[in-house]
Amino acid sequence: MRILKTLVGAAALAGLMTTTALAADMTVGFSQIGSESGWRAAETTLTKQQAEERGIDLKFADAQQKQENQIKAIRSFIAQGVDAILLAPVVATGWDQVLEEAKEAEIPVVLLDRTIDAPDDLYLTAVTSDLVHEGNVAGQWLADKVGDEQCNVVELQGTTGSSPAIDRKKGFEQAIADHDNIKIVRSQTGDFTRTKGKEVMESFLKAENGGKDICALYAHNDDMAVGAIQAIKEAGLKPGEDILVVSIDAVPDIFQAMANGEANATVELTPNMAGPAFDALEKYKADGTEPPKWIQTESKLYTQADDPMKVYEEKKNLGY
Amino acid sequence: MIGSRYLPLLTTLAIFILAYALCIAQFPNMLSTRVLGNLLTDNAFLGIAAVGMTFVILSGGIDLSIGSVIAFCGVFLAVGMGEWGIPPVLAIVLLLVIVTAFGATMGAMIHYLAMPAFIVTLAGMFFARGMAFLLSTASVPINAPLYDTLQSLYFRMPGGGRLTFIGMVMLAVFIGGMILAHRTRFGRNVYAIGGNVQSAELMGVPVAATTIGIYALSSFLAGISGIVFSIYTSAGYSLAAVGVELDAIAAVVIGGTILTGGSGFVAGTFLGILVMGLIQTYIVFDGTLSSWWTKIVIGLLLFSFIVLQRGLVWFTERRANAAAAAHA
Repeated sequence: MRILKTLVGAAALAGLMTTTALAADMTVGFSQIGSESGWRAAETTLTKQQAEERGIDLKFADAQQKQENQIKAIRSFIAQGVDAILLAPVVATGWDQVLEEAKEAEIPVVLLDRTIDAPDDLYLTAVTSDLVHEGNVAGQWLADKVGDEQCNVVELQGTTGSSPAIDRKKGFEQAIADHDNIKIVRSQTGDFTRTKGKEVMESFLKAENGGKDICALYAHNDDMAVGAIQAIKEAGLKPGEDILVVSIDAVPDIFQAMANGEANATVELTPNMAGPAFDALEKYKADGTEPPKWIQTESKLYTQADDPMKVYEEKKNLGY
Repeated sequence: MIGSRYLPLLTTLAIFILAYALCIAQFPNMLSTRVLGNLLTDNAFLGIAAVGMTFVILSGGIDLSIGSVIAFCGVFLAVGMGEWGIPPVLAIVLLLVIVTAFGATMGAMIHYLAMPAFIVTLAGMFFARGMAFLLSTASVPINAPLYDTLQSLYFRMPGGGRLTFIGMVMLAVFIGGMILAHRTRFGRNVYAIGGNVQSAELMGVPVAATTIGIYALSSFLAGISGIVFSIYTSAGYSLAAVGVELDAIAAVVIGGTILTGGSGFVAGTFLGILVMGLIQTYIVFDGTLSSWWTKIVIGLLLFSFIVLQRGLVWFTERRANAAAAAHA
């Protein structure tokens, strides 16, 4: 019996040692764009957390929005002999040369949350969200929520011409295309900001019979939704009841609004791009499994039923 | 005894050797041809621009326009070769003519209108950046066979490091700059103007031609730097190289050139570039420090060099006074 115990203990210990040895062997360089938005700060925090949980030694380099700093950082990572490189590229062009050097040194590169204009053999995989799908999830939620009732939707678009604005609009329209009862009656840009969201919502309310003809609001990001909620309240209506509110991003403030019953749903643009990236890298390092060239992150839907206060508590310390 | 002229230069050399030794002690990987190659390649555009800045500062002036000129060059080449279909070599020649004329104009305004260089080149900075935005606001990729050739042109050093084409261009510009500064009449005139414009004029130095030449040279080298930068990123982007002029000034001052003009060496600027590159490399190797430490350390270095320079001036003046008093 004792022998068995020792054996089991030894086996467990050996197992533990191999896993820690595997993880501790990995040094990963992460070239981040900067910390220009709350979402990006949260991405940095989560990447560091993920690395720590997995026992990965993370070398972090903040490029202060400059491509030349990112190229320098990647070259230094190569010189240092890291096992893998994560890159959140600030622009799409100009990466071929430095990525060829990484390839020559046999260091896999994983792109985070943005893609680049380069041959796809220069990187292992890209982890990004699908903007069209995000809009689709939001539209699907609304369609399920209203059922067969007539519903006039007002839309707050993102910055004109930006890819999130174009794709999130497209996805939403696709989702409601089969539902003749749901119609977008007004659509304008709120520039992704709180103040513009509020202003534009005020004009929507005035134009639509004081808001009585509006059934739902779809905002391309949470910040505009938060501004619009303020406008709805000032107009004497109840956001979340008189006018349904659905938006995208899942920043902490929208969870507070959901907890108060003022917002109904949000689709998460997860800042945890590093988790799937590390998963792919660990598999690749273990037995050479090539991941697909594109790893789509989950666009999770949160509603009032998902204990918004708890999510808020989890998210508020991520640096948003 | 070594003249006080050389002291700032020797200080920088000592700092570089000491800092590099400390880096290697902590990260043995830093003593590799890869890191050395990277120092040259990654700082090529900054180094080339800093050579021009050295001449400007030696003459007692300043040129704030170079970062914008670099961005303009990239966008001009990208749009020129792409949209307008100009052959690459012609586009490069055309660009160098444009930016040299731009620099000469700034030099002429500084001299003939007796305007401070700060104001004229500040205007130049806004103008060049504005022109870049006018051509294109997006990041435009450059797909020319010439660029592929130049990018794949490198010597492989033992240990996997690369001495790239743009690294070699920087070394060539530094050697050219040293010859120009220390072995030609133009170089002597620059030092004379930086020492004292009035006495230079009395000695018969052609101040107008030299001033125009200095700013034309600075813009020409910013043009070369812009071409190198476009090879480095194979793209032109109007928001690129923001604040490079300030990094160049920092490199020149850390390299021992005195901001009031008249004293310094092109070789010192090379050391200044290496010191700045080394700090950045160390911070990436460490991987936990905020990248803003680069700026903090460079700021501290600048402070100490300004204090050192001031102290030297004060010390030589006192010695001269003491000698004069002894004579009397």
